[in-house]
Amino acid sequence: MAERRHSFEIDWWLLTIVMLICLVGLLEIYSSTHGGPLHGMQWKQLIWIGIGFAGMLALSRIDYSGLLDQTPLLYILSIAALAVALVVGSKHFGARRWIEVLGFNLQVSELVKLIIIIVLARYFSEVRTDRLTLADLVKIGVLVGIPAGLILLQPDLGTAMMLVPVAIVGAFLAGIDWKHAAGVLALGAVVAVVGWHGHFLKPYQKQRLATFLNPEQSPRGAGYQILQSEIAVGSGGFWGKGFGKGSQNQLGFVPVRYSDFILAALAEEQGFFGVLIIMLLYLALLLRLVDNAQKAKDRAGMYLVMGVAAIFAFQVLVNAGMVIGYMPVTGVPLPFMSYGGSSTIFGFLALGLVMNVRTKRFVN
Amino acid sequence: MANWIGGDQKLPQGRLILVSYMVVLGILLLLLGFWKLQIVQSGHFADLAEKNQVRSIPIIAPRGKILDRYGRVLVDNYPSFSILLLRDDPAQIKKDLPQITAGLGITSADLEEQLAEARAEPKFQPLIVKPVASDADLAFVESHRIDLPELELMMVQRRKYPPDDFLAHVIGYVGEVSPEQLAQAGGNRYKPGDIVGKAGLEREYNDILTGTDGMRRMVVNSVGKPVRTLDDTEPIPGKPIQLTIDADMQRVAEQELAGKIGAIVALNPQNGEILAMASHPAFDPNDFSIRISGKEWRALNDDPDKPLLNRAIQAQLAPGSVFKILESVGMLESGVPPPDFHVFCPGYGMFYGQLRHDWDPKGHGEVDLHKAIVHSCDIFFYNVGMRMGIDKISYYASALGLGKLTGIDLPSEEPGLVPSSEWVERVYHHPWYPGSTISLAIGQGPIEVTPIQLVRSVSGIAMGGVFYQPHLLKDLSPVKVVHFPISENTVEQVTDGMYGVVNEAGGTGQFGLAVLKQAKLQNIQFCGKTGTAQTISAKGLLRLSAAERKNYRYNTWFVGFAPKRNPKIAVVVLVQGSALEAGGVAAPIAARFVEAYYQKKLGQPIQELEAKTTLQKTTVPTPSAKVVSAERN
Repeated sequence: MAERRHSFEIDWWLLTIVMLICLVGLLEIYSSTHGGPLHGMQWKQLIWIGIGFAGMLALSRIDYSGLLDQTPLLYILSIAALAVALVVGSKHFGARRWIEVLGFNLQVSELVKLIIIIVLARYFSEVRTDRLTLADLVKIGVLVGIPAGLILLQPDLGTAMMLVPVAIVGAFLAGIDWKHAAGVLALGAVVAVVGWHGHFLKPYQKQRLATFLNPEQSPRGAGYQILQSEIAVGSGGFWGKGFGKGSQNQLGFVPVRYSDFILAALAEEQGFFGVLIIMLLYLALLLRLVDNAQKAKDRAGMYLVMGVAAIFAFQVLVNAGMVIGYMPVTGVPLPFMSYGGSSTIFGFLALGLVMNVRTKRFVN
Repeated sequence: MANWIGGDQKLPQGRLILVSYMVVLGILLLLLGFWKLQIVQSGHFADLAEKNQVRSIPIIAPRGKILDRYGRVLVDNYPSFSILLLRDDPAQIKKDLPQITAGLGITSADLEEQLAEARAEPKFQPLIVKPVASDADLAFVESHRIDLPELELMMVQRRKYPPDDFLAHVIGYVGEVSPEQLAQAGGNRYKPGDIVGKAGLEREYNDILTGTDGMRRMVVNSVGKPVRTLDDTEPIPGKPIQLTIDADMQRVAEQELAGKIGAIVALNPQNGEILAMASHPAFDPNDFSIRISGKEWRALNDDPDKPLLNRAIQAQLAPGSVFKILESVGMLESGVPPPDFHVFCPGYGMFYGQLRHDWDPKGHGEVDLHKAIVHSCDIFFYNVGMRMGIDKISYYASALGLGKLTGIDLPSEEPGLVPSSEWVERVYHHPWYPGSTISLAIGQGPIEVTPIQLVRSVSGIAMGGVFYQPHLLKDLSPVKVVHFPISENTVEQVTDGMYGVVNEAGGTGQFGLAVLKQAKLQNIQFCGKTGTAQTISAKGLLRLSAAERKNYRYNTWFVGFAPKRNPKIAVVVLVQGSALEAGGVAAPIAARFVEAYYQKKLGQPIQELEAKTTLQKTTVPTPSAKVVSAERN
């Protein structure tokens, strides 16, 4: 069969870009942790990258049409897994988001992100009209809302929010009435206000959001993190203080400098120049994803790729924005750079989906 | 195949391109944000990063030691820790205040007051919240490095003063610089919390004794733990000062004053060097070397015996009969009355219509100047005073150094007062009452002198009119000298009289001779003059019955020197509130002091100190092995 001949097609450009980002991440993880009790973290990250890479290869071999076929089952399974994680999951950093699988603590919500991409891709590709109807929007809202709500309960505001751009980008591509768009925006505002004044956000989440608005007010409180991050970034200047020489980074002023705030560490040590390079890499990654979407064989494939792109873009925007104080601290990692098993593996699995779609484009 | 997969589906290419533009726009906006921080505000954040990681802790320079004339250490330093509160982060301090005050055992009101006072100071100047940290305090700070990073330890050098109030008034004490001193010094000479001399030599020679503090800059991590030292600006230790004080003679003087209220000053008339200066009661300067509590301070201040008063330079009292020496000089130098003037003393006399008594109701018979000095005849000097008149007396008293500062190198010297007709008219707006001259003639009435003035004056007279500035700093330069030439004949007659006071039968200082005879030192030509000033007016005294008068207390003086020609030692003794007259109290003290001086000079054991060896062992200040010299941490 023709499918067998072209069963595996790697996007070398995409892979090169991603590997460069991973390399920068590894170096900065090393720089941030080599002097302290966390030294050697880069090797752990390298293992995550390896596992992720294997996962990517595996996923790219599975026919995505088969995955799309299984969406109801996958969706129900993911909801169930989230519920299980909430009830019996082990507690890390005050949040129930991990299930132990094969000795690894896996963050269920990362897998759920993948599944939501697939579920929404199927939903959007089934829409035959040029514009989404109000009923469509409600259904999408429910489809995204249930897992997002469960993730929020863990509580993990960052990951919960990551599901939203998948829906938004999909809706935009599928076509949306501007009145509906305005309505969704208004609804979002209402949800935000109710969420704030109700008891849906944990105190630390509220505090993070509050101090984001005025970080200088309490340097040792939650705003401390943002301020220290800004100091790290700002003091880096154009050329940076040099590898392993950032005082903010090396002396531990930058919070979780090897993970969520790794960009602050990079900005301090490599300066604006380093930031420029990494931002161009992310731009290249995102544009390459859009390119893949444009060349997808069908709408479902396009929605899959754009779902992945939406999440990556959201992560870059929110994480980088947080590091320079434009976004609240929500625990959104930088894809392929921040240390972390679940997020790294998710990134590569998402790439696997993209490769999968790419492989399909030659198949007729 | 399911219906959602179909090659015929058209992709929304336009919208995808729109998404690409959005992505480019988003990345550009982020880069703009980074540009703003890293290029536009780079300097500001570089400053903040620097402040974050660099902590400056002062390295306190040790104060100079204070040595006696033979180089024996009188005042030393010992290392101790102070607890600093770093003020970079007011919000954090506010939050931690209860924990800090509870942990260090200070009241939050005190701390808040200190913080309020320091508000105007630059924030990098830490606050000293506990000048002397106990072991418990040290443990508290060390164990709360992470949650109370604003607390820091600073090694300081504290003053170690000799025990038993030794030389307390002369040495003085140190304390935290006062807001007034801060304002007065101006610039950045002092900063709040600096230790400065507050009294005595500590204050007088503060600039020599004070070193220049150094600074240690340390890199600290995010929990305030020092990672490494960036650099040290070494402190420059203060310079030591060597005194003219002889610790042995000082010890003798203090032992003589034990249990009494009074003062002793001994100096070398040849150069003004002070060998001993004691004032009793005294205080323990060690109480001040930290931060004296309000209670202790009030106790010292409210004590009716005024232990903080350095009587040697601050007690302003009538000189009594010692004044007769100055009057004799005035009489001989002015020729009024003539040198051969003599009177018959029946024990009383009428002066300006007022009956006046001699101290000896039996009278002294025929009295000339020599006999008048030896017997301290009041009637003779009433007559002399009446003839000289107020302005001559006043002129000579001032010229010979009374009623004005001696210029001793100690702060807070009092000037005393020599009255004059001009002074009375200026202050009281009435002419001088001639009757007052009669009281003044025997050193009573509105005349006030300090012990240091008396000893300098008598020394100068014995030196033929060369008055050296009394001083405590061995290397003081220049030592001011006042010349008021006195004729050889005058010096001879007056000093002969003073020799007679101690050495002739009937002299008022005979008790002194007894002392010297016992010590087989009668050949040292000890000269002197007693003085007894009533602490109540003559009129008041008259109102008392004879029995009451006997119990009445006197301020007694003795000013002496030895030998008669070119004296090497002069000493003034003041004992306040004694039941005995000067001959019985002050003269023997002065004699014993001079005895000790000669014993030391001749290389003999000082009997007074030998007799009290146990006391000596615990009190003679020597450099103690326990005192760790100024070492930096």
